[in-house]
Amino acid sequence: MRILTGNDLKTGAVTWWTGSDWSLHVEDAVDVTGSEDEIARREESARRVNAPYAIDATMDEGSPRPSHIKDRVRAIGPTVRPDLTLKPADPDIGNWVI
Amino acid sequence: MADFVSDTDTLIRYREDEPVDHAAVTVDSFLDQSNASAVRVEPGDDARELIPHLDRLALVEVNFPAFGDGRGYSSARLLREAGYKGELRAVGDVLVDQVAYMRRCGFDAFEPDAALNEEDLETALSRWPEVYQPAADSRTPIWAKRHA
Amino acid sequence: MYKYDSYDQQMVDARVEEFRDQARRRLEGKLTEDQFKPLRLMNGLYLQLHAYMLRVAIPYGTLDSRQMHALADIADKYDRGYGHFTTRQNIQYNWIKLEDAPDILADLAKVEMHAIQTSGNCIRNISSDHFAGAAADEVVDPRPYAELLRQWSSFHPEFSYLPRKFKIAVIASDTDRAAMRLHDIGIQIVEQDGELGAAFYVGGGMGRTPMIAPCINPFVPLDQLVTYAEACLRVYNRHGRRDNKYKARIKILVHEMGAEEYTRQVEAEFAHLLEQGVEPPFAELERIRTFFEDPLFEADLPAEIDRSDPDFALWVDRNTVAHKAEGYVSAVISLKPVGGIPGDATAEQMHLMADLARDYSFDELRVMHTQNIVLPHVRKADLHALWTALDQAGLGSPNLDTVEDIIACPGLDYCSLANARSIPVAQQISERFAANGKTEALGQLKLKISGCINACGHHHAGHIGILGVDKKGVENYQLLLGGSEAEDVSLAKITGPGFDEAGIVDAVETAADVYLRERQDGERFLDTYRRIGMTPFKEALYG
Repeated sequence: MRILTGNDLKTGAVTWWTGSDWSLHVEDAVDVTGSEDEIARREESARRVNAPYAIDATMDEGSPRPSHIKDRVRAIGPTVRPDLTLKPADPDIGNWVI
Repeated sequence: MADFVSDTDTLIRYREDEPVDHAAVTVDSFLDQSNASAVRVEPGDDARELIPHLDRLALVEVNFPAFGDGRGYSSARLLREAGYKGELRAVGDVLVDQVAYMRRCGFDAFEPDAALNEEDLETALSRWPEVYQPAADSRTPIWAKRHA
Repeated sequence: MYKYDSYDQQMVDARVEEFRDQARRRLEGKLTEDQFKPLRLMNGLYLQLHAYMLRVAIPYGTLDSRQMHALADIADKYDRGYGHFTTRQNIQYNWIKLEDAPDILADLAKVEMHAIQTSGNCIRNISSDHFAGAAADEVVDPRPYAELLRQWSSFHPEFSYLPRKFKIAVIASDTDRAAMRLHDIGIQIVEQDGELGAAFYVGGGMGRTPMIAPCINPFVPLDQLVTYAEACLRVYNRHGRRDNKYKARIKILVHEMGAEEYTRQVEAEFAHLLEQGVEPPFAELERIRTFFEDPLFEADLPAEIDRSDPDFALWVDRNTVAHKAEGYVSAVISLKPVGGIPGDATAEQMHLMADLARDYSFDELRVMHTQNIVLPHVRKADLHALWTALDQAGLGSPNLDTVEDIIACPGLDYCSLANARSIPVAQQISERFAANGKTEALGQLKLKISGCINACGHHHAGHIGILGVDKKGVENYQLLLGGSEAEDVSLAKITGPGFDEAGIVDAVETAADVYLRERQDGERFLDTYRRIGMTPFKEALYG
């Protein structure tokens, strides 16, 4: 599957396209295969996202998991500061990222 | 004060004289023929080749195909250093956030691909109360004021 | 320390307002991201892996307690309570909002700081010797020359859209503590027949094509310093490659054109520019120098240090450096706790370091390119009190220049360019050597880790270097040996095939063991490597 990600223009936060809006959580990302360029163009020109791009992902226990490690680090936060990630209480999150 | 030449045209001039009424030729063509008085300098051209012929030039256009290619700033400044007094026009991908530095390098006309917002332009050109370096404009550097 | 006058302050304030206007136009959609990017970069604002990242300049690595407190306040108010000190003596914040950035720049301007030209294809923050003004071996304090160049390079109208970024370092001793010859321009202030002048080294750098800068002029008179730099930059701006981002640094121009031809063109441009009046009067250099006069060192201070506490004695041995004034030392605050993140400091730690600088170091701090902090002028008599305060705050690691004192770039944990994580590798290596007790025996061993080929972690210049690469989507680490950023500058060589994360930690220990086995009296790791060559290391690693 292809999922679409970018950053919030004002805050810089990593966001994911949910089909109707942008979410901080990669679990909310939807498959955009075939329409990624059109959505990215439209959303960027409306300034609802900054620098969007599409990436490969696979479904993993019901939610999308980016195929490349860089996008998985992006999705969660720095592996060396679990306290600053989106899942500070999840002891297994490191295994999901790496 | 800038002279916005017309509504459809993006040319802005900071000069009192009349604009040259014919198109600029390439540096190679200019060096080959004697009658042109307007030349267009591309980023890869050596503007110093024009120096022996400055007295017959009324317009030098310096092209910026992409705003990030800064060779034109050096081309402009070294023409002014050589004594060129004619029009020096920045053309192409010229953005409002670049014009203050371009003025400092000696440009006195702009013909951007996309028209500049007049208000933003005035803001940009009045931005810097002082300058740290002498350049091709007449501004006095801070160090000269400190030791006046 | 340099103090802004009303001119400097007006310039920095104008820059804040310019950026406030640019950020507003971006948020309103009047600027596209492509148009805004070079503008925000020239104000140190990146779009990084997790958020915007702001890089704040610390000119020549010098700051006072008020400025360090302000950096801490920014970490608390606008970020997540910490900052990261970099290999170019700057500080980075990782979690910045675009809408806050103009206010942060305004807060910085209040304490005579800025983020001007900390990124972008322009002249970056000027770096220098972190022991400047304190070192016993310098011919003069190099910082006035760096400040002169800071002002010259700020908002330079001709050199703000260079082919690529441009980094300048200034030193003034034969001992190179600033990686001078690995900069686009390295300047060494030298003394010749009683006169001071500047030796220019041009075309060094790390990145994907590391080069050691050749000396193109051994003695530029000090009253022509700015003019000579202007000539170097003009030749580069006109002729540096713009067809390929990876070949656009000045090192490629100097290499392809040849140092001799580049020098010839610089000298011709220099002769021309001497007629243009671009050089500030010598009185300006004199004015700047007055800000860098020695603090009032006390005479007749005790030279002895009470070494009865062994932990303290170890820290003194490892982390203090000889000072030009009797009774004083320069003390290094390690930002490399075992298992920690190299270069990171919390807001609380920054506040403490600021207070200690005020109390014990004439209100001055320095940032080292090795991502540690220096208190440059500490009375020996105050060292125990200083160490006690540092130790209680987790800042007392006695590991300067040891295998635990690792340079590491932010790597894939933070950086969108990275191919592999650097920090976890640094953490595991420092934990490994702290646990096996070999740190002391290994002595000086400079270990440097980069998470990609751009070499922000200086892996080419490590006695041991590590380069993270992407091997089919999996992190992989190459090992390099034999680099140095110092006066004995050299570029490290790759040992062979790379290792996985666990493997690279073992490989470093294996290389260290070869040294311990092969070394002769007084040899550092680097000396042994240079004597015996790569082969014994390869045999041990891949045998």
